[in-house]
Amino acid sequence: MLSPEQINNQLDRILFRVQKPARYTGGEINQVVKDWEQIPTKVALVFPDLYDLGMSNLGLAILYELLNQRPDVLAERAYAPWSDFEAEIRAAGLPLYSLETKHPLAAFDILGFSLPYETLYTNTLNILDLAGLPLFSAQRDETHPLVIAGGHAAFNPEPMHAFMDAFVIGEGEEVIHEIVDVYQAWKKCRASRLELWRSLSQIWGVYVPALYEAQHHPDGTVARITPLDKAAPMPIIKRIVGKLPPAPTHFIVPYIDTVHNRAPVEISRGCTRGCRFCHAGIISRPVRQRSVTEIIQAVEQALSNTGYEEVGLLSLSSSDYTHIVELVETVSQRFAGRHLSISLPSLRIASFSVDLMDALKDSRRSGFTLAPEAATERMRQIINKPLSDTQLLETAGAVFKRGWHNLKLYFMIGHPSETLEDVRAISDLCKAVLAEGRKTIGRRAQVTAGVSTFIPKPHTPFQWAPCDTFEQIQAKQDLLKRSLRGPGLKLNWNSPQDTMLEAWLSRGDRRMSQVIYQAWKLGARFDAWKDRFRFDLWQQAFTEVDLQPDFYTHRPRPLTEVFPWEHINAGVRKKYLADDYQRSQAGLTRDDCREQCYACGILPSFAALRRLNPGDLWQCPEVRSPQVLASSLQPTNPSQIPAREN
Amino acid sequence: MRFTGHLDLHRAWERAFRRAGLPLAYSEGFNPHPRLNLASALPLGFTGEREALDAWLEQDLPVEDVQVALLRALPPGLQVSQIESVDLRLPALQTSLEASEYQITFQRPFPELAERLAALLLADSLPRRWRERDYDLRPLILDARLPDAPPPSLPIDSGQQALCLRLSARESATGRPDEVIAALGGDPQAARVHRLRLLFKE
Repeated sequence: MLSPEQINNQLDRILFRVQKPARYTGGEINQVVKDWEQIPTKVALVFPDLYDLGMSNLGLAILYELLNQRPDVLAERAYAPWSDFEAEIRAAGLPLYSLETKHPLAAFDILGFSLPYETLYTNTLNILDLAGLPLFSAQRDETHPLVIAGGHAAFNPEPMHAFMDAFVIGEGEEVIHEIVDVYQAWKKCRASRLELWRSLSQIWGVYVPALYEAQHHPDGTVARITPLDKAAPMPIIKRIVGKLPPAPTHFIVPYIDTVHNRAPVEISRGCTRGCRFCHAGIISRPVRQRSVTEIIQAVEQALSNTGYEEVGLLSLSSSDYTHIVELVETVSQRFAGRHLSISLPSLRIASFSVDLMDALKDSRRSGFTLAPEAATERMRQIINKPLSDTQLLETAGAVFKRGWHNLKLYFMIGHPSETLEDVRAISDLCKAVLAEGRKTIGRRAQVTAGVSTFIPKPHTPFQWAPCDTFEQIQAKQDLLKRSLRGPGLKLNWNSPQDTMLEAWLSRGDRRMSQVIYQAWKLGARFDAWKDRFRFDLWQQAFTEVDLQPDFYTHRPRPLTEVFPWEHINAGVRKKYLADDYQRSQAGLTRDDCREQCYACGILPSFAALRRLNPGDLWQCPEVRSPQVLASSLQPTNPSQIPAREN
Repeated sequence: MRFTGHLDLHRAWERAFRRAGLPLAYSEGFNPHPRLNLASALPLGFTGEREALDAWLEQDLPVEDVQVALLRALPPGLQVSQIESVDLRLPALQTSLEASEYQITFQRPFPELAERLAALLLADSLPRRWRERDYDLRPLILDARLPDAPPPSLPIDSGQQALCLRLSARESATGRPDEVIAALGGDPQAARVHRLRLLFKE
């Protein structure tokens, strides 16, 4: 294996020849460099896309800070190299290395991949290959690092099951420590990899795919998923933290521009709104919040540690944060005159949200974003984002009156039961919003419509729905391109090919891992990048593996179908999701569940944890029902409920 | 740090001032930006010492306090050697810059370096092309010689050759060291360029 010195010597020349060499150098402020020889356990945290994106990922920043707080662990970073750098290091025979100390990835004990979205899968294989590691978990042995992954996409781990030793399903803050502990104990006794897998599978929230088997019906659907090991848990219940731990504040500050140049502070996790297409809304339940004091302290510390000029107050639905008014008032008073810009994403469509943004006095006033997701009241009832057109137009009017010129509206096409009339309504609504703007600020008003295409994501009430076909998507997009034009109007859309790939990957079963492998071999990389994405390679990969892509996308599924992710449990009952899907077809909505519990399953799943974190630490209403508690899915063995303090 | 471009370096300094809690003054106007100017851009891949920057603070603070605060806040690779309080009416650093001195070390043997350098200096003109513009490099070379001994600030392996350059750095008459290396027939990518100091008008 090459030493860091050998790697450094070669890098010197290579870096001159590539775009943005600072992607590959490390050395930023707040990076943690520990003594390699003195630290027993080495973890590489890998984001399988460019540095420019990965540096803005909050999940990895949290794990980096937590792991490096341990005296017995060092955590370093690695990202996917762009094609120019990849060609250079392959030609020079260099492995992919960590930014902090330039050690080859293969020299680490644990490689932890972040998989927030599915189009990172081929990059993940490419990184394993650049590290000189066998791609398939079955081909690696005790001399190789343990390869694990987590993130939102891991809630359907099956398409990547062949490459990972283990997945973290859910939140990483506590489980990462337990994984390290298990690894350390295993390494001491020099046991087999199977022993390591078995011990890992005993940790709440860890899924070891090699310990399970999936059987398929002749029509390709899953018949059953069964544990091969007596002790392997079934189902695998997602991991959550009962209370949000202290927010990280020692963010590494990149020297080059990244997607978000800001200090992110998570104000709450989860969402109680129940939009039926929303993956995050289900998998990140229940809603847990930080206090205003905690948030302000985190902002203050993050700013003094980083020197950033922007703060992002993150959540899935900012205006639903219980103390949002107090938070915004405190932030705007406390940080006034410091030339800061404070962003508050994901605001509800209500004039109240405009008041909030106005109070933050964002000096740039660049654009205001609202996400009605559908343009007719009927459609919004189906997706459970109820909102009247009047409410939307009033909010839009308020946005323009308060000085914003550009209003961005996010929509989705392809929702279940959508007609061309519902699509046409998108352009009508945008025009009505523009007219509202013109009343106030004349021709300066601008409306940008971002129209993506619905994908029925696992674990959502819409997981039974089919995707639109290419032809349907094309017809809907053509309609929009024809009708949504003119001065002051702008339309952005995703290509149907992008949508299809994301749908295949997010709904895939175990057989999909062969398709991913084949696509990677054919040269697929950076599938999330418009100029890199090669749809033809994926089609070829499907053909070579002899699978039908349409099977994953255009098939309506009976409520009785066993999904590839059937053994992964997000704490929400399948029956609840099915009921909600049926309510949707009847045009029935469900209110915000902070007011009333609809028994989605979260409380019985995590009853013990809820008892430890009572009151408004969770936004779930207090429910008392002995029956519910008895049916708890949560592991009853107390050793699986972590009592880690630090 | 040496692979940080000029604009990014500028922002790295801004953030260092913010971390130090020093109140940078902002420009007026619709899109205010902090008033901080680096005297001269350092091309990607070069290192430098005794560089200079102007920074405007909203408050008059003792120079020692500024230095202490800044030292604590600097990112790896940036150092502060000296801070002076200057008259606001003085011209900007960029306009008073005259020349820059560079030390170049070659990572690989450079045959006949001395001979080639002598020939280069004898030439009346050195026509070159940079970013689709023809120009004459010769008048921009104010001095070029092989050092008698390597400066202590640079660790140089035995046998590594070096070159010292003084190049014009006036506005619209700036010589680039990599251009000199190319004119000598060398490979600029196989050379380490270090800017030793900036020379300003009196």
